[in-house]
Amino acid sequence: MIGTKTRDTLAESIADEHALAPASSRPGVFRALLAHRTGVAGLVIVAGVALIAIAAPLIAPDDPTRVDALRRLAAPSADTLLGTDNLGRDILSRLIWGARLSLGTAALAAALILTVGVGLGMIAGFYGGLLDDVLMRIVDVILAFPALILALAIAGVLGPSITSVMIGIVAVAWADYARVMRGQVLSARERQYVEAARATGVRNTRILARHLLPNVLPPILVLASLEMGGLILTISGLSFLGLGAQPPTPEWGAMLNDGRSFIAAAPQLMIYPGLAISIVVVGFNLLGDGLRDAFDPHLRL
Amino acid sequence: MLRYIARRLAYLVPVWLGISILAFALALLAPGDPVRQVLQAGGIDAPSAEQVMELRRELGLDQPGPVRFVRWLGGALRGDLGSSYRTGEPVLQSLTDRFPRTAELALLAVSLGLLIAVPLGIVSALFRESIVDQAARLGALIGASVPSFWLAYLLILFLAVQLRLLPVAGASEPRHIVLPALTLAIGAAASLTRLTRSAMLEELFQDYVRTARSKGLRERAVVVGHALRNALIAIVTITGIRLATLLGGAVIVETIFAWPGIGQYVVLSIFHRDYPVIQGFVLFTGTVVLLINLAVDVSYVWLDPRVRLGAKGR
Repeated sequence: MIGTKTRDTLAESIADEHALAPASSRPGVFRALLAHRTGVAGLVIVAGVALIAIAAPLIAPDDPTRVDALRRLAAPSADTLLGTDNLGRDILSRLIWGARLSLGTAALAAALILTVGVGLGMIAGFYGGLLDDVLMRIVDVILAFPALILALAIAGVLGPSITSVMIGIVAVAWADYARVMRGQVLSARERQYVEAARATGVRNTRILARHLLPNVLPPILVLASLEMGGLILTISGLSFLGLGAQPPTPEWGAMLNDGRSFIAAAPQLMIYPGLAISIVVVGFNLLGDGLRDAFDPHLRL
Repeated sequence: MLRYIARRLAYLVPVWLGISILAFALALLAPGDPVRQVLQAGGIDAPSAEQVMELRRELGLDQPGPVRFVRWLGGALRGDLGSSYRTGEPVLQSLTDRFPRTAELALLAVSLGLLIAVPLGIVSALFRESIVDQAARLGALIGASVPSFWLAYLLILFLAVQLRLLPVAGASEPRHIVLPALTLAIGAAASLTRLTRSAMLEELFQDYVRTARSKGLRERAVVVGHALRNALIAIVTITGIRLATLLGGAVIVETIFAWPGIGQYVVLSIFHRDYPVIQGFVLFTGTVVLLINLAVDVSYVWLDPRVRLGAKGR
């Protein structure tokens, strides 16, 4: 995971570079990404797992929560390709459904974080004044904490459930985006296209939505893709601690937690879900790096 | 320089107050009645209305929120964070008793991480695209992508279960620290290697490096005396963040290895709905992180002459 301050400077440098180029001459980001070897690898991994997640009901060989006392801790066979867990549930089916849950949760959390962070950041930057001061002081307080700790405390107090984890994470992670977004809006606010829109009598909300947002959003999306891996690690980490998805839900972090008492007898119970998380996070990290480089070749080091 | 430090200090006061409000408000989020939960945890399944009222008064929970906050904050400033619902021990003392173990683990992990990352990052930057560089980048990618809880179990599986080199969990002997420290160090090394490499690359292409080289300075002096010295600002910043995160309690790793630090303690308290401990922990951790950030800011005074001479705005 990347610390707050690098993320900050990273987003700012992405943003600065981006701001220099008028929207019309922006080079094909997607084409640049396709020319980026590791970025493509990341894209393939992420798309592959997303496909598995979407097709889970079709491709999972078994019901992921079906308990079968007769085949507890069974070795891999033609029936159960990766064997079964301590309750006789098919590990492969649980992993496949776990992709759906883990990716789905992360995607929903990311959407909420972006909505809240981008929305509040834009409002703070555009309107300024007391609202801006109050919001930015709240951001300062949240950013003073290690993200995992605060999300853990919030989710913990709300009581163990995947919803609590989601609330905890969104309540913490929006702050970073709000701050970056506010900076973006502050610098964009004085640009000619905004002044022109204002001079011709366009309403504030329309300036925000139609003129500012499309121009400042792309670098934020790059930042979000860089953060996606960390988000998945946080969600599965909290589930691992028992604060998130509850048994028998096939969530990767929770599966790993279930498997911990069998580490000596059946290490595969924790090896597979951990491998699944690692692969997805590697995929997102490669994709995020690729997108960043595609946006800003100068940053490629 | 003194003005710079004074400004940083002045900035901390409102943020610390915000942290205390946040820490206190956390308990207000809790579903259900904490008084009943405490009674039920104490073995009284169906407490009478009188029992509930009595305990509510005893815990001071019959007062309105703002009054309780002012009392709590007043206590906090005098070093009293209340008592644990679960054990009755004073919260601050439980935290300060456990903090040295957390600090020990955090310092060892970060030092180990730096020991691996800084030389590796420098070599990686100097010999860009070489085998070493590619291996370092691959290692950093994997190290940053693997969940700490999985890494912890892989280390347990190989080093403790199969090779029987190290104990699985606990904290009674010095060698108990090896596995948790190693787990955390690998994660820290991954991000620090990446950072050192990119910070060094950035510096190595600067004009001052070309000047230093062209005036015939030895390569070693150029790299260590000039480029590294400037890259150090970024490295110190990220190291500070890493250290602060771990000092705030490596919750997952401490829990796995039964390491008796504040992270493991807060996870236990969360499952017992021990709100005074959770509130105290959040305030304590927030304060520790603020102090580390202050230390990092102060270190810029030595590292960056622009700060020392007051040329830089912030």
